[in-house]
Amino acid sequence: MYKISKSKMPELLALIAGKMDLFLPVDNNGTVNFGLWTEDARVDLDTLKTVKSPKDAFFPQSEVLYSCYRKAKKTTIEPAALKDAPFAVFGVRPCDVRAFEVLDKVFLSEPADVYYAARREHGIVVSLACHEPEESCFCKVFGIDAAEPSADVAMWQTGEEYCWEAKTEKGENLTALVVSLLEACEDTQAVEEEKAKIRDLVDRMPNSHLSLEGWGQGKTKERFDDPRWKELSDACLGCGTCTFSCPTCQCYDIKDFNTGNGVQRYRCWDSCMYSDFTMMAGGNNRTTQMQRFRQRFMHKLVYFPDNNDGMYSCVGCGRCVEKCPQSLNIVKVIKRMGGTK
Amino acid sequence: MCNCGSEEKKNALLPQVGVITDIRRETPDVKTFRIVRPDGKKLFEHMPGQCAMLCVPGVGEALFSITSSPTNKEYQEFSIKECGCVTNYLHNMEVGDEVMVRGPYGNHFPVETVLKGQNLLFIAGGIGLAPLRSVINYVLDNRDNYGTVDIVYGSRSADDLVQLKEIQEVWMKAKDVNVYLTIDREQEGWDGHVGFVPAYVKELNMTTDKTALICGPPIMIKFVLQGLQELGFDKTQVYTTLELRMKCGIGKCGRCNIGSKYVCKDGPVFRCDEIDELPNEY
Amino acid sequence: MQEQLIARAKELLADGTVVRVLGWRKGDTDFSAEPAFFENGNGLDEFTYDGFCGANLSKYMIAASKLEGKTLVFLKPCDTYSFNQLIKEHRIDRDKAYIIGVGCDGKLDIEKIRSAGCKGITAVQEEADTLTVETVYGNKTIAREDAVLERCKACKGGKHVAYDELFEGCDEEKPAKEGRFELVEKLEAMDPKERFAFWQGELSRCIRCNACRNVCPACSCIKCVFDNDRYDTAQKANTTSFEEQMFHIIRAFHVAGRCTDCGECSRVCPQHIPLHLLNRKFIKDINEFYGEYQAGEDTDSRAPLTNFTTDDVEPGIVRERG
Repeated sequence: MYKISKSKMPELLALIAGKMDLFLPVDNNGTVNFGLWTEDARVDLDTLKTVKSPKDAFFPQSEVLYSCYRKAKKTTIEPAALKDAPFAVFGVRPCDVRAFEVLDKVFLSEPADVYYAARREHGIVVSLACHEPEESCFCKVFGIDAAEPSADVAMWQTGEEYCWEAKTEKGENLTALVVSLLEACEDTQAVEEEKAKIRDLVDRMPNSHLSLEGWGQGKTKERFDDPRWKELSDACLGCGTCTFSCPTCQCYDIKDFNTGNGVQRYRCWDSCMYSDFTMMAGGNNRTTQMQRFRQRFMHKLVYFPDNNDGMYSCVGCGRCVEKCPQSLNIVKVIKRMGGTK
Repeated sequence: MCNCGSEEKKNALLPQVGVITDIRRETPDVKTFRIVRPDGKKLFEHMPGQCAMLCVPGVGEALFSITSSPTNKEYQEFSIKECGCVTNYLHNMEVGDEVMVRGPYGNHFPVETVLKGQNLLFIAGGIGLAPLRSVINYVLDNRDNYGTVDIVYGSRSADDLVQLKEIQEVWMKAKDVNVYLTIDREQEGWDGHVGFVPAYVKELNMTTDKTALICGPPIMIKFVLQGLQELGFDKTQVYTTLELRMKCGIGKCGRCNIGSKYVCKDGPVFRCDEIDELPNEY
Repeated sequence: MQEQLIARAKELLADGTVVRVLGWRKGDTDFSAEPAFFENGNGLDEFTYDGFCGANLSKYMIAASKLEGKTLVFLKPCDTYSFNQLIKEHRIDRDKAYIIGVGCDGKLDIEKIRSAGCKGITAVQEEADTLTVETVYGNKTIAREDAVLERCKACKGGKHVAYDELFEGCDEEKPAKEGRFELVEKLEAMDPKERFAFWQGELSRCIRCNACRNVCPACSCIKCVFDNDRYDTAQKANTTSFEEQMFHIIRAFHVAGRCTDCGECSRVCPQHIPLHLLNRKFIKDINEFYGEYQAGEDTDSRAPLTNFTTDDVEPGIVRERG
């Protein structure tokens, strides 16, 4: 294990950014989101929750898949270049690290998504344990340990220092790159204390002990026609705040953009909350907001577990809890509908 | 692990260029397009019931069932009804024009397993013949592997019957194949059966020693299924296809699910008892 | 007060005046009440009206107007302006609504409480001028004034402009707050480059979640132009410049003269983009060009931008002033 003082952190970040693209939480006018490191970026490693999750690093909100050009009635297709150089995603919280594993289930299952796979192959995830968990956090419900991130490199904030531990080969390589700025640290007591403190805090968060009874594999019949979906969704605006801030929402649209010199086929995030998400020439199988609302939560809490050996596609990051304009969220859904047979 | 230098991974979202080599007008709003690679070869191999994405850059992309049989070694065919942006555009295309194609996607009718040796009853309405035609021709080309073949096909009018030439010249003349055509309303020059498909199926009093494959508008499927059950068919003897909005075709874009099943990946072919297990949202 | 509101709702349900109630349902925390319909009064025991009931319920009356029977709706003073404006635009049916006007001392913004350094909040106690915020990290006291929504800092005053009855104590008018256009003036004072940089900085954060549009009472089109699949702009775009340069500006133009300055757009923006400033610039301009005008103040007057008079400002003057 290594350590580095907080004051030396900017130097470390600059060193990494000199070698590869570096994504990390950056403050833009009081709002913190993952962004590319620049010399004058206001890096913020203290804010627990970025508004958007770091999923952009592997699954950007919008990306070109390929371009088509036509010449003399002949079409050529030019696929977009795949990521082929290492890059680092720095300061990822343990819940968001788990979210990458959820996304992997979707994008790396056969046939794998080559764009995502290339980014995953080259991305190095540096995680930061949750020094100060918040009340909207409920990662514990999904078996995530906010004190023990499972990334390429794990970091802990201990007083005026960060402790640094490589956990994978990729992590070892990154460590080698910055080792000149790190200080070896055999004494793990400070880290153990931090872990114990985090676990105690998480345990005291109001939603850490939610029961998932009534949810999970095989619960479609039990949950689908529950009359409570209506009252739970009545106030839903049908906006995409929850889906776009969510680290695991992965639905996308594929669209064309005419550049005037060929057509770019791009994909962008889509939201099952949007009214025309399932619209087709022949009609729409989800015509009410209740149906769309139900789809989102059934997907996370029943359908995804059905298809992925019980794994939920919620990681309890709590972004939707904080951000839903009308205070609807997955915690309310779990609480009000769960626990019944 | 680095895959540099290793065999390039297949990009499932990347289409190939296809060339339209033939366009047949079937009905006032249905055309059948024959598509091959620019080098004249077949686009890909598929199984009966599978679909492919056709894309017109700048217009859009949509999923269509492949109506030609896998036994056809030269090309793929798509019977397409004009009903939206992409289909309108396709209908205005000409022989020699290019479209982008990716696929094949989805599962297929179990022609090599469950259906082998069975008596088959095909029931189609309108453009719903498109996916079944692939199976019918596959079965006819492997005739010894299957029992009797009954085909009940109906449409709004005689002008709306798709693939009529092939039906009359090939299917009706094939060994042990019975073809029953019907149209919704009386029409001058039509001396065949008049009436809706579900009623005709019951009228024909089909015996339950068959496996039924249905495709057509949702309302027709619903009533045909009811009719078959009244005749004593079990839902496990009936296969059909479902259709929902799709973007990726590979179970990732997240919009064609019914409960835990993705129509693009786990379908489009479902056995009717499997559909019963799905929540009612299709 | 909550008990009295519930009791009055029950009376109106019992005597058949209304068949449902539109209000707020208690959340699982002190600060997560949600807008809710109580059909036949079912679940009314969970009704709440507290400092965090900031949501403007007027737009939900579009849906309620299509339902059988009358809906009892609780509206805060500023919500009634939106209500009136929707009446004027024939989006809601006045006969389908029974309005109880409820008082408001400014609604609280949990995000402001969070940015004041409160983490792990378990409870928020409201006293007159202060809030006691209980957190797992200890208690904190902050001034109520520092925790109210942006729109409340520019409060139009405590007057209900539409109601069937006023909850007791709501009839005393509070003065409107000063300084509503301060930030707009600041923006006007910038040179175009500076102003462009300001908006680019703000709007580049937009994630195109459409919350601002979907919550906006003035955005009541059945099918928004940005949802039309035939344009490249449909709901999601492939360039960030679209959000920066088109979406919000077109939206602001479309609601100009109809926006009541309810501030819901800024309340719901997950990225804290001060969208209300675009609308307020229009309001300020309308006031200056056509005389003081407050959208939603009444249901029948002609709005400046939909009415021609010979006194209308000449385009040249507008151009000169910028």
